[in-house]
Amino acid sequence: ARSNSALGKGLLSLLASDKLDDEVWEEIEDTLLGADVGIADTTEIVARLREHVQVLGTRSPGELRRLLTEELTAALEPEMDRSIATISPTGEGPATIMMVGVNGSGKTTTCGRIARVLIADGNTVIMGAADTFRAAAAEQLETWGSRVGAEVIRRGEGADPASVAFDAVKAGADTGANVVLIDTAGRLQNKAGLMDELGKVKRVVEKQGPVAETLLVLDATTGQNGLQQAKVFGEVVQISGIVLTKLDGSAKGGIVIAVQRQLGVPVKLVGLGEGPDDLAPFEVGAFVDAIVGGADS
Amino acid sequence: MFDALSERLSGIFESIRGKGRLTEADIDATAREIRLALLEADVALPVVRTFIAQVKERCKGAEVSKALNPAQQIIKVVNEELVGILGGETRRLNYAKNAPTVIMLAGLQGAGKTTLAGKLAKWLKGDGHSPLLVAADLQRPNAVGQLQIIGERAGVTVYAPEPGSGIGDPVKVATDSIAEAKQTGRDVVIIDTAGRLGIDEEMMQQARDIREATSPDEVVFVIDAMVGQDAVNTAEAFRDGVGITGVVLSKLDGDARGGAALSVRHVTGQPILFASTGEKLEDFDVFHPDRMASRILGMGDMLTLIEQA
Ligand SMILES: Nc1nc2c(ncn2[C@@H]2O[C@H](COP(=O)(O)OP(=O)(O)OP(=O)(O)O)[C@@H](O)[C@H]2O)c(=O)[nH]1
Ligand SMILES: Nc1nc2c(ncn2[C@@H]2O[C@H](COP(=O)(O)OP(=O)(O)OP(=O)(O)O)[C@@H](O)[C@H]2O)c(=O)[nH]1
Ligand SMILES: [Mg+2]
Ligand SMILES: [Mg+2]
Repeated sequence: ARSNSALGKGLLSLLASDKLDDEVWEEIEDTLLGADVGIADTTEIVARLREHVQVLGTRSPGELRRLLTEELTAALEPEMDRSIATISPTGEGPATIMMVGVNGSGKTTTCGRIARVLIADGNTVIMGAADTFRAAAAEQLETWGSRVGAEVIRRGEGADPASVAFDAVKAGADTGANVVLIDTAGRLQNKAGLMDELGKVKRVVEKQGPVAETLLVLDATTGQNGLQQAKVFGEVVQISGIVLTKLDGSAKGGIVIAVQRQLGVPVKLVGLGEGPDDLAPFEVGAFVDAIVGGADS
Repeated sequence: MFDALSERLSGIFESIRGKGRLTEADIDATAREIRLALLEADVALPVVRTFIAQVKERCKGAEVSKALNPAQQIIKVVNEELVGILGGETRRLNYAKNAPTVIMLAGLQGAGKTTLAGKLAKWLKGDGHSPLLVAADLQRPNAVGQLQIIGERAGVTVYAPEPGSGIGDPVKVATDSIAEAKQTGRDVVIIDTAGRLGIDEEMMQQARDIREATSPDEVVFVIDAMVGQDAVNTAEAFRDGVGITGVVLSKLDGDARGGAALSVRHVTGQPILFASTGEKLEDFDVFHPDRMASRILGMGDMLTLIEQA
C-alpha cells in the first residue's frame, strides 16, 4: 500500500506524447498536494523542478520522476541525524524521552514500541503514565508495559501529570534504568490551559536533569493543521524529533516536509501498524517513493 | 502563510467594483483564490475541482452577471454551494420500528469513536432512551476498559462480555448484544468497533460481518476534522467496504479548518449528523453547515464579506 502510485500512468502517457506542457506540471502539482505536502512547499518544489527540467532539457518520464524524487529528497534534508538519544544529555541518570501530540495520534502506542526496541537492545526501561486524563490511558500503557517488559509508574485518574512524570524519572534514576519514557495526554494545540500543563510536565521533569528527547507524534492522515501543531508544540516544549504514525494507511504524510522545516528537527521514526514491532526508522527514500510512486515503475 | 480568503479576495473585488459587469477573467481570478483557500483548508483535490467547476458555472449564469454587485454575488454563490454540500437534508437519527435501534460506529484508528459512543449514549439517555453500549473493539489495548469508564460516566450500561486487548470475537459480541438489549429492555444499542484502515481488507471484512450480523439502523462514520487529503480515500473505502448512513466530525474544538467535512460529504453523500467538540461527554452538538462553511473558507462572518464586496 505504501507504494500506491500517485504519479503513475497519467504522467507516463502525457510525457510519451513528448510535450512537457501545463498538464504535466499540473499532474505533478496534484501529486504533491494530494500527498498533503501543502501549497507553499508544493509551489516551491515544482518551481525548482521546472527550472531543472528546463536547464537539462528533460523529456523522459523516468528522468522527470528522478528529478522530482531528488527535489523531494532534498526538501526532507536526508543529512539530518535521525537517531534517538538514549543517553542522558548530562551523562548521568536515565535518558528521558517524552511523547507529545494531539489526541489519538499514537503517543501511547509509540511509547510501548520504543520501549520494545530499547529493551531488545539490552536497556532497562521505565514508562511514566503522565496521561492521567483519558479513560483507561494508564491501563493502556500498562498493557504495553507487560507486552514489552517495561515497568510502568502510574497513579489514579486525575492525578497531577507532572508529578507522575517526575516520579517516573526518579524511579528510573533510583533503579538505574537506562531510559524513562513519558506518555502524556493528547491535547489540541489551541487549548492554552492544556498546553501550559504540558509545559509544566516538562519543566518539572527537568528538575532532575534535561530531557533527552521530546518527540512530537504526528498522525500521517493529518492535513495542513499539522503545521500548526508543530508550531505550538514546538513553542511550548522544544521538539527534538517527529514520529510519523499510521503510515501503513493510504495517507502519505506529506505535511512532515513543512513540519520538519518549521521545527528544524527530523522525522525520526514511523509507525506502520498497531503491533509491537510496527515501528521503523524514518527512511527518506521509501517515504519519497511512496509519494512519487517510484517504487512501482 | 496564507491570508484568510476574505483578505485575498478583497484585492480582486477592488478591481471588480464599479465595473458593473464581470469578465471571464474576474471569475477565473476569484475561482483561483477560492481553490487555494479550499486546499489550505484540506478539502481533497477531486472535491475542490468539482466544487470550483460548479461555482464557475453558476457565476457565468445570469444571476451573477446581471447582479447589481457581481462580487457580492460570487461570494453568495460560493457560500450557498458550500452550505448546500455540507447540509443537504439535515436529518435526525434513524430509529428502528421495533426496538432496539442499532447504531454502529466505524472509522480510522484514533478518530474518536469510543468517546463518541459515550456522548451519544448520554445524549440519548437525556432524550428518554435507555441505551446499551457495546464493547466490540477487542483489539486496541484496554479499549474495553475505556468504554466501561466512559459508560460509567454517562450512567449507561456497558455490555462487555470479553476482556479484549486481543481476546474475544467482536462479531459475536456485537451479535449477542442485540439479544442482551432485548432481554434487558434497552431500546438503543451503540456498538463501538476497533479503529481500522480502509485498506485493511481483513478488518474491513470484520466490520462488514458486524454489520451483517446486527443490521444497524445507522452506520456512523467518525472522522477527525484534522484529516487531510486522505479523507477521500478513506471515506470511499468505508462507504464501499462497510456502508455508511451518517457521518460525525470529531475534534472540531481544534483549529483545523476541517475541509474533510466537505470531502466526506461529497464522497459519501451521507449527512453529517453531529459535531464532536471535546474530550468530555457533553462536548457534542448537532452539525451546523453554515458555521462549517465559514470555517472552511476562513471567514469569520460570511455576511461581512458580502457587505465589503
Ligand atoms: N494503523 C496504525 N494504527 C496505529 C499506529 N499507531 C497507533 N495506532 C492506533 O491508533 C490509535 C490511537 O493510538 P494511541 O497510541 O492510543 O494514541 P494516543 O496518541 O496515545 O491517544 P490519546 O492518548 O488518546 O491522545 C490506537 O487504535 C492505535 O492502535 C500506526 O502506526 N498504524
Ligand atoms: N479534543 C477532542 N478530543 C477528542 C474528541 N473526540 C475524541 N477525542 C480524543 O481523541 C482521542 C481518541 O479518542 P477515542 O474515542 O479513543 O478514539 P477511537 O476512534 O475510539 O480510537 P481507537 O479505538 O483507537 O480507534 C482521545 O484522547 C479522546 O479523548 C473531540 O471531539 N475533541
Ligand atoms: Mg495515549
Ligand atoms: Mg476506540
